[in-house]
Parts: sequence; C-alpha cells; structure tokens
Amino acid sequence: MSQALLNSITVFVLAAFLGIELISRVPALLHTPLMSGTNAIHGIVLVGAMLIAGSADSTLEQALAFVAVVFATINVVGGFLVTDRMLEMFKRRPDEEEHE
Amino acid sequence: MTLAVSQTTINLAYLAAGVCLIVGIKRLSSPSTARSGNVVAAVGMAIAVVFTLLSPEIDSYWLIVAGVAVGIVFGVASARMVKMTAMPQMVALFNGVGGGAAALIAAAEFHRLSPGAGHVLPEHMGAMLFSALIGSISFSGSMVAFGKLQELLPGRPLVFAGQQVVNGALFVALIGVGVLAGATEAGVWMVVILLGALLFGVLLVLPIGGADMPVVISLLNAFTGLAAASTGFVLENTALIIGGTLVGASGTLLTILMGRAMNRSLANVLFGAFGAPEAAAPGTAAGDGEAKSYREVSAEDAAVMLAYASRVVVVPGYGLAVAQAQHGVRELADLLEKRGVDVKYAIHPVAGRMPGHMNVLLAEANVPYPQLYDMEDINPEFPRTDVALVIGANDVTNPAAREDPESPLYGMPILNVDASANVVVLKRSMSPGFAGIDNDLFYRPNAAMLFGDAKDSVERLVAAVKAA
Repeated sequence: MSQALLNSITVFVLAAFLGIELISRVPALLHTPLMSGTNAIHGIVLVGAMLIAGSADSTLEQALAFVAVVFATINVVGGFLVTDRMLEMFKRRPDEEEHE
Repeated sequence: MTLAVSQTTINLAYLAAGVCLIVGIKRLSSPSTARSGNVVAAVGMAIAVVFTLLSPEIDSYWLIVAGVAVGIVFGVASARMVKMTAMPQMVALFNGVGGGAAALIAAAEFHRLSPGAGHVLPEHMGAMLFSALIGSISFSGSMVAFGKLQELLPGRPLVFAGQQVVNGALFVALIGVGVLAGATEAGVWMVVILLGALLFGVLLVLPIGGADMPVVISLLNAFTGLAAASTGFVLENTALIIGGTLVGASGTLLTILMGRAMNRSLANVLFGAFGAPEAAAPGTAAGDGEAKSYREVSAEDAAVMLAYASRVVVVPGYGLAVAQAQHGVRELADLLEKRGVDVKYAIHPVAGRMPGHMNVLLAEANVPYPQLYDMEDINPEFPRTDVALVIGANDVTNPAAREDPESPLYGMPILNVDASANVVVLKRSMSPGFAGIDNDLFYRPNAAMLFGDAKDSVERLVAAVKAA
C-alpha cells in the first residue's frame, strides 16, 4: 500500500468518526437546515472540478470539467445561501418576545 | 505560473479549511449558533477554493472562471428567488448537481488516466468507479425527488411489478460493468456505468412516496458526500476527503435520526413503497363500501366556535405554507388572544415537508417561539382543548396511524387532534394527503370541514372573529 493511499485512508476514517460524533445530539428543529448546510459542504467537489478543469487536455475532458465546475459552484453557492435564508428565520427570536 | 504556491502551503490551507468545516457543522447542530456555523463552513470552503486556484497543477484558468461565473449566476438566482415553501426541493436540486459534479470529475479523470489496460493504480480506479456510480445515482435520484416535491411528477409512489428484482439486477449488473471497466480501462464501460447509475437513481426514488422524500434527500446528501470523498482519493486531495467524508458520515446519521423522528426505518423508506396504491386502496374506497360522511362548516360558525373557546390549538401543515397563510394565522391568533383565548401551535416533527420546516415558516410570520409546542408536549393537551384548528395538515393528524394496523401510516407518531372537543379542518377539498392516504379524522363526529384556499379561509375567519 502506498503512503499516499494510507494517508488518504487515515483522513477518511477519522473524518467519518468525527462526522457522526458532531451531529449526534442535533434537535429535530435543525434537521432541515443541517441537511442543507452539509449539502453545501459537499460542494467541496468544486476543488476537484477546478483541478480537473485547470489541467484538462482534450476537448472531452474540458467539456466534462466545465460542466463539473458549473454544477459544483451551484452546489456551493446555492447551498450556503439557502441555508442562510433558512437560519435567518431563527435569529430574531429571543428579543422578539419582549416587544410582541 | 507566478501565482503558484507550494503544495505544502496548499495542504496547510486545506487543514485550516477542514477545521472550519468541522467547527461549522458543530455550530450548525445547535439553534443558537447555527447561522454562524453556516458562515464558518462557507469561510472554510472559500479558503479551500482560493488555495486550490493557486495550485501548481492548474495551468489554465479560463474554463474555471467561465464555469464558476455560470455557476454563481444560477446558484445565487435560484437560492434568492426560491420561496421558503420550496426549500426542500431546492436542497434536492443542489444536492443533485453536487453528485453530478463528482461523477463528471471521475469521468474526466478516467479519460485522462486510462490510455490502456494496467496503467491506472487499482485504488484510483476503484475510487473513480465509485464516484461515477454513486455520484450519478445521487444526481438522478435527487432530480426525481425534486420533480416529486415540485409536483412535476406525482408525489405518490410509482411502482410496477418486480421493481425490486429489476433494481437488484441492475445494481449487480453495474458492479459487473465496474469490474470490466477496471480490467479493460475502456471508456465505453465508464459510459455504461454513468448511464446505468442514472437509471438506477431514477428507479430507486420513483417508488418512494412524497412523505418520505426528506429522508431520501438526506440519504442522497450522504451519497454525494461519499462520492466527493471518493474523488479525493482519485486526486489525492485531503480537502475533498475531509469535506466529503464529514458529509457522508453526518448525512448517514442525520438520515437515521430523521427516519426515527418519523418512526420509519431506512429499509422501510427505501423498499416499503409507503402509501403504495394497493395498500391505500382500501382506505380510499371508504372501507366496507359504505360512503363515509363529513360535516361542512361555514367560516362564521367556525369563528364563533373559536371566539368563545378557552383553549385553541392551531395545527399548521404544508397547506398553510403553500397558501402563505402564516401571517393571517398570526393575526387570527392575536385576535383570539385579545378575547382571552389561550392559543398554542402544535408542531409535528415533519410538519411541512421536512423536520423543522414549519418552525422556519412560522418564525417568518413572527409567531412567538414560546407558543410553539412539540408533538410530545402538545398531545396531552388535546383532551382539554376546545377547538383544534387544522390548517392544511393531513397525514400527521390521521388517527389511523394510531388505531388501524392495516394503514400504511400505522406506527407513525401523530398529533392526537381527534381527542379535542371540536376539530375544524381548513382544506381545499376532500382529496387525500401527500402520502395518498384518506384521513379518518375528517369523518369523525367532532370534526368539521371548512373548504377553500387556506389563506382565504383564514382571512374569512379573521373577519368573522372581529364581528363575533
């Protein structure tokens, strides 16, 4: 097994445990925003799409990479914005009770 | 490239980005810090993207700039313009394109790496095939979920005989093609995998009923995370592995938690065909053939019931959200409170289309937070409630879920509105709910129907309460 693969596996295993641990006590209220937030985070594929797009040689690779960059950007930008719009609704609550 | 920095610097930046993503997810899982958590995660993403641009591996920028520009236009426009009620399908759409991106990366990398048999490292080959397979499934599955929630496709489960056998056979075939693709490194097999996986995603989600869609989207979200992590193995990129795996793992747990909130196991969601036509047929055919009768009530009569009640519980559902009736409901509740009526809101865990969806919509209408009650807290109150006002909610109030072991809803926790003295149901018509199942509640002697658009009906109630 190559050192690179071993490093990748180490990061993968630790991140997997961490991912489960991080959200194990989330209230149902936040299920939707959390899904939406993590949805934006897997937009990290944009990093991969950019690396491919920046080094593509053939027309086919360029076409595939271009669509990948567009898709991943939509995932990242749309994902974070939609999550923010959802969470915006929660923020005013504490002081609202006084003057309502 | 003068801009380029060393790979070590980039990897350090990826580490910082990974920490931001972790802190972001942590903060997203608590109500008071959730919004800042989203921002922290976005900052982590920005760090990863900016340092990737400085990578020595990149020798041409025009494709990236063009792609990001197009993506920003679409992403910002759709995120800004979408109504709060359409959030769930928007999440499905964004998830789908993420999965599609992972599959396309795998395809492009396959084309670049495989001039002939035996040139690609087995781990890279395996990871590419995995990305292509899972990414495509997530793409097409999410698009079907989007179509169902957007009502471009019927929300009912679409099933045909032997579907599970077909799905199973297709999946086995895809694994076989994967082995062929790995052995021959021939592009044609990659194309077969991509197309076959697209078909599999469609077949996987079509038989699942609309009511289970949140769980499915969450599962596909986890899939996309794993596909992204897998591209990280291909490109030997830690940012991709960290980000993708965090989502894959937390998304899997979130899927299980959501299923638990709805009392549905994952296997049940995927293979149960919730509310399948054959299961729902006895309910819609009105049991033993005798026509069930329901009572209609005028807005004026309903308003009098509400105005002279001492305890009212409002049960908001998706119909309220679609009609944008939340502001009217708030006004109605204010009027009733001025008359000394005690008003509470009963929030089912999956009211709306997703857990937490209804809380967001009511918060938008400035409904005071302390008036919102969870299912566990409000259910004991119904026997002491004079009027339960059900606005556009259906399946979550169906007593069959508690009483009828034959019902496809049986076992799902519901709001026991039928225990209140009176139930007023605001609904467009007698048509069944999103799960495609008839609701026994409407035929109970203590229930009365007020037909019409939820917003109109609420406005008529407001006017009538003012006059009462």
